[in-house]
Amino acid sequence: MCLAIPAKVVKLRDDGLADIELEGVVKEVSLDLVDDVCVGDYVIVHVGYVLAKLDVDEAERTLALFAELSDSVQGGVA
Amino acid sequence: MKYIEEFRDPELAKNLSQSILQEADPDRTYRLMEFCGGHTHAIARYGVEDLLPKNVRMIHGPGCPVCVLPVGRVDEAVALATQHDVILCTYADLMRVPGSKYESLIKARSKGADVRMVYSTLDALKIAEDNPDRDVVFFAIGFETTTPPTAAAIKQAESRGLKNFSIYCNHVLTPAAMRAILGVYSDAGAPNVIIDGFVGPAHVSAVIGTQPYEEFTRDYKKPVVIAGFEPLDVMQAVLQLIRQVNEGRAEVENEYARAVTPQGNVKAQAMMDEVFELRDAFEWRGLGSVPVSALKLRPAYSAFDAELRFSVQVAPPVEHKSCACGDILRGEKVPTECKLFGTVCTPDNPMGACMVSSEGACAAHWTYGRFREDEFVEKSA
Amino acid sequence: MKQISRPLDLKNGRVDMSFGAGGRAMAQLIQELFVVHFDNDILNQEHDAAMFELPPGRIVMSTDTFVVSPVFFPGGNIGSLAVHGTVNDLAMGGGVPKYLTAGFILEEGFPLADLAIIVKSMAEAALEAGVSIVTGDTKVVEKGKGDGIFINTAGVGVVPDGVEVCGNRARPGDVVLVNGTLGDHGVAVMSKRENLSFSTDILSDSQALNDLVAAMLTSVPGMRVLRDPTRGGLAATLNEIAHQSGVGVELDEVHLPLKAEVKSACELLGLDPLYVANEGKLIAICPPEDAQRLLAVMQAHPKGSEAAIVGQVLDDPRCFVRMKTQLGGTRMVDWLAGEQLPRIC
Repeated sequence: MCLAIPAKVVKLRDDGLADIELEGVVKEVSLDLVDDVCVGDYVIVHVGYVLAKLDVDEAERTLALFAELSDSVQGGVA
Repeated sequence: MKYIEEFRDPELAKNLSQSILQEADPDRTYRLMEFCGGHTHAIARYGVEDLLPKNVRMIHGPGCPVCVLPVGRVDEAVALATQHDVILCTYADLMRVPGSKYESLIKARSKGADVRMVYSTLDALKIAEDNPDRDVVFFAIGFETTTPPTAAAIKQAESRGLKNFSIYCNHVLTPAAMRAILGVYSDAGAPNVIIDGFVGPAHVSAVIGTQPYEEFTRDYKKPVVIAGFEPLDVMQAVLQLIRQVNEGRAEVENEYARAVTPQGNVKAQAMMDEVFELRDAFEWRGLGSVPVSALKLRPAYSAFDAELRFSVQVAPPVEHKSCACGDILRGEKVPTECKLFGTVCTPDNPMGACMVSSEGACAAHWTYGRFREDEFVEKSA
Repeated sequence: MKQISRPLDLKNGRVDMSFGAGGRAMAQLIQELFVVHFDNDILNQEHDAAMFELPPGRIVMSTDTFVVSPVFFPGGNIGSLAVHGTVNDLAMGGGVPKYLTAGFILEEGFPLADLAIIVKSMAEAALEAGVSIVTGDTKVVEKGKGDGIFINTAGVGVVPDGVEVCGNRARPGDVVLVNGTLGDHGVAVMSKRENLSFSTDILSDSQALNDLVAAMLTSVPGMRVLRDPTRGGLAATLNEIAHQSGVGVELDEVHLPLKAEVKSACELLGLDPLYVANEGKLIAICPPEDAQRLLAVMQAHPKGSEAAIVGQVLDDPRCFVRMKTQLGGTRMVDWLAGEQLPRIC
């Protein structure tokens, strides 16, 4: 029950709502469950609500982990 | 799509696949339960199992709130829609779930019940505002990812003075389900299934944090790796679980650090706590009655409780005798071991929720994995 | 001699029960709206039944009823869709479409201004496709008994000698092609549905494909199968063909043409683009030796500029449709029980 997708906040609206955008598709969502969301943040959206902010540093770190792994695999494959 | 596509990179997937192959001990089987329906779906949709060695088995757990919804609760929702003049709002996933005697919300609608599919509780609130002279009931299901949106909706309804809005609450809790899987509540002792580790749910954890899983590493010595939903996340988590098993560790690791923090979403947790309290016990399809596993509205919010506002007449629930959804949900059987799978029970004619929900193990196998007949021949190793 | 006192109020008027009653009001509607726009010699004869001759060859006939909601969507409306849909069905049978009928069921209260736009769209679509709308029917139902407007179109065409396209002709080794991006129509229509509320620039791909088909058949007369993946998307149509031909199909996800916005709309809503409707796309299955030539012909045509080879036909008695995922694994592409519903889980 957890389909949630990272998208970018492009506009803050009144009433605790915001517009998020994913590749040109814009959707209105609620910010009731989070604080301190700014335009330009990446957020995780589930059933019309922002559940969490995406930590872009952590995202890069995870991707770097995969890349590093791939170096070691390519280096060490029998 | 930023922060999505990068986690689907086929080259990186190949490398992860190599690493898993290298590190998995060929002399043993690893039984890893992916708890969350979203993971079941991702694994099936990308064919991740094709990239894992045969001795790494993914067991589909009961993390699909549609699948664990007991037949009786579906019957009551159908009754609410047909016995009262309410507008029943529901997520799409629930429309085709069969209750007793093949009844479902989509069938109720065809007979005249006002059942409306919504994407969000925000839509249900809008329907309530637009129809002040009708009662609107929202069929609330889901684990801790989906519970905060319901809590937020209740608070919105309260602040907007919406007297015609209520919820039929079936929210359930992840740690309780994990305990049930591990046989904590079972009188019979240790369960048939040996799980070596859990792939922890992604967005439940974004809400509850990593701390609630420490119970399982500490008390039951099972490693937990929280993983995102993209295929690379899942494969990385599998790799980390294999390492933990090999090294005899049982720790909570967080692969999804980009969205999950140790404390989780405190604001969402507070809102859930304000609006909901624990039920003593709740019937879970396949797991029986599980104590302190589900939520109901607190007395302060009882005005929004559809179970208090409306009474319904339902016959005792009927499940097909041969439906093995329960065993499948516990990971004790695979779909092809159910007598009904593929014969009586198909997506056209689902007998149980495992076939209706697209993340139910049976639907996932039918839709994505039916051609892999060889893989499902063995029983538990 | 017609006694009509006032022209139809096409700006503010609405359909009322008299328009379907067979009397002067209906005659006026037909004259001032349908005949004026559909304008052709056969229709202008004003017989109840249209009379015409067809060029020699096998006759192909098709019918389709259009109930799309909302009636106006980005990139088209129910009228243009109704013409494109039947023209395409005829073309998928290998036929050159010639004549169409148009039957209207109008709900009391439907704005005449909207009807005028729809009728004009139909006329434009017919002109572009080289077909004539030669006969029709109008009924009016009481308010609440119809969703604004339903349209049925039926069509006839002629299949040239030597052309044999049929759903049961796919053979192992054949190549599967599509003429462009998938899922555009479904996403465009969904974006206008109130309870899904997302905004996008995606337009429906609704268009007539008979000219593209003619070019394809000229180049590859040995074409095996042509079909348009409308409701149920690519997945449903391939499953139909697989069962009719007794074969399997394997798609290659990496080669599926998809607009970025369609991908992301589907991600946001929990939909699989393989199951989303198209109204200006076709699936072509041809012998392997013809595939590259066919691809080139399609890409050279404005309605096939994004054409791609997306898969191949396999020997599979189970008639499964599968897909090699972008990750290198394999998944089934199953035949859905009913309509695909947005997934929340």
